[in-house]
Amino acid sequence: MVIFKKPLLITALVLSLVATVSSFANDTTSVLTSAKQAEAAVEEVVATPALSEEAKAELEREEFIQHHLLDSHEFHLFSYGKESGEEKHVGFPLPVIFYDEGFHFFMSSAFHHGESVVESNGKYYKLYHEKIYRTDAAGTLNMDHHNHPENIQPLDLSITKNIFMVLVASALMFFIFVRLAKSYKKNNGVATGVGRFFEPIVLFIRDDIAIPNIGEKHYKKYMSHLLTVFFFIWFLNLFGLTPLGVNVTNNIAITAALAILTYVITTFTANKNYWGHIFWMPGVPAPMKLILAPIELLGTFIKPFSLTVRLYANMLAGHVVLMSIIGMMYTFNNVVGSGLSFVLAFALSILEILVAGLQAYIFTMLTALYFGSANEEHHHEDGHH
Amino acid sequence: MTIPNLVGAGLIVIGAGLGIGKIGGSAMDAIARQPEASGKIQTAMLIAAALIEGIGFAAFFVGK
Amino acid sequence: MEQLLGQFSLGLFILQTVIFVCLVLLLKKFAWKPILDAVNEREEGIKNALQSAENARKEMQLLQADNELILQEARIERDALLKEAREMRDKMIADSKQDAQAEGARMIEQAKAAIAAEKNAAMAELKNQVSALSIEIAEKLVKQELTDKAAQTKLIEKLLTEVKAN
Repeated sequence: MVIFKKPLLITALVLSLVATVSSFANDTTSVLTSAKQAEAAVEEVVATPALSEEAKAELEREEFIQHHLLDSHEFHLFSYGKESGEEKHVGFPLPVIFYDEGFHFFMSSAFHHGESVVESNGKYYKLYHEKIYRTDAAGTLNMDHHNHPENIQPLDLSITKNIFMVLVASALMFFIFVRLAKSYKKNNGVATGVGRFFEPIVLFIRDDIAIPNIGEKHYKKYMSHLLTVFFFIWFLNLFGLTPLGVNVTNNIAITAALAILTYVITTFTANKNYWGHIFWMPGVPAPMKLILAPIELLGTFIKPFSLTVRLYANMLAGHVVLMSIIGMMYTFNNVVGSGLSFVLAFALSILEILVAGLQAYIFTMLTALYFGSANEEHHHEDGHH
Repeated sequence: MTIPNLVGAGLIVIGAGLGIGKIGGSAMDAIARQPEASGKIQTAMLIAAALIEGIGFAAFFVGK
Repeated sequence: MEQLLGQFSLGLFILQTVIFVCLVLLLKKFAWKPILDAVNEREEGIKNALQSAENARKEMQLLQADNELILQEARIERDALLKEAREMRDKMIADSKQDAQAEGARMIEQAKAAIAAEKNAAMAELKNQVSALSIEIAEKLVKQELTDKAAQTKLIEKLLTEVKAN
């Protein structure tokens, strides 16, 4: 894939540059005794105070998978062990921005992976399970009976790992497609370079997703959203498969934001016919209309919800299974078992590449379908009996 | 996660699996019967499977 | 559900929405619109080129049909000319044949008339000769009779053979 070389190369270069610069700024911490791990251990295995070596390793693996899947305030690239039993983490801190009676801004390295309490504008904050809580100077968290902190959570607008990757993917998309747009002018209406790979996909979205679902008449105004959604999800899904460990599309907030945009656009561009079908279904008796109205109304909310959960759950399930199989390599700890795990993980990764495209396609397809339903003309009166 | 929750999740997965399997099988039949319409059939198959999958996931998470 | 809500981060949601909307608007202005316009333009161009090629083909066909028509006309004209010529020739042949026949008939008639006239003249001559001969014979006979009967008969016979010899 020669065409992929340039953008990927640039991305890799930028990332590695940032990583090397910031890895010096990062301090070493011993992960085994980190507060977070200790808390997790207390939280989950209260009944067995003395952990066997195996159980500890298992816990560590689970923690690793969780850590890999969840959003984080720093960009952690990789760790390596040292002779002394310490682990060195390589990554870079990301800016923390949140609103708590005024905006607060500092780098996430100040939290020291959740160990330190940070003072900002006269208030104290602590990171617990990658969430920011307001505490006192000592950093006490009041736990409820579910072991969740009851402290006030400020509105966290940090550039977290996910937002960072969203920005990277957005920049990449902007770069690729603006270049594609420019290449048409330069080359007399024919795409050049990477654009040759992406142009058929753009046309596919127009000809096989937008036009059949929305219709020749209205499809143009939705094209920008559909194309952006498709490439955004696809790029982020593919980023999720890289060893960077960024899983943006298996974050419910991200998928919910995408699905709610679909809902909002559908609602605001819907014609009379769409609302007619929801509140006063034509062609059914009046009592049925009264029963159908709330069901149809609920259906409009279920649509974005199922969009959200579908993408989220598919990507999450894929990653959990993949990470578990990779984790199994350490559990088996022999050639046969680990080799089998490797083969399985490899096969699954290839499947995940397919799923990455498929989920982007399905999200775009269903979005187009909902847009189409919002623009359906009043032409099938006889269809409802 | 309690036992009824797990059983419920299992039932949902069985139901969704059966549904998607049926869709896939029927799509194969349809493609075998009309290979020239395979593109349209695939699209319809994917949409139907995605809808079932969405319902399955939604129920799974609500139950969980 | 609890886990889902527990993972949901409002800040992330807000940032994602803002970034995504910005991305859509930016890409719409700088990428999607020019790309789709360029692709549309290209497709229109291809369509137009195909259309004009089709038009040219049709025109060509029309021209060919014209040529065919002209050729057809020419052929018909040639056929007509040939037919006329053939008719003329046939007529000429028939005419000359008729003329020749008439001439022949006339000549035969003339010849017949001439023969008849000749014959009449010959007959008249013969008659004259026969009458002169008869008179001569009668003269000689009369002279002989006067001398000898036998000699008379002999004379007549002799005269008759003479006549025959004549």
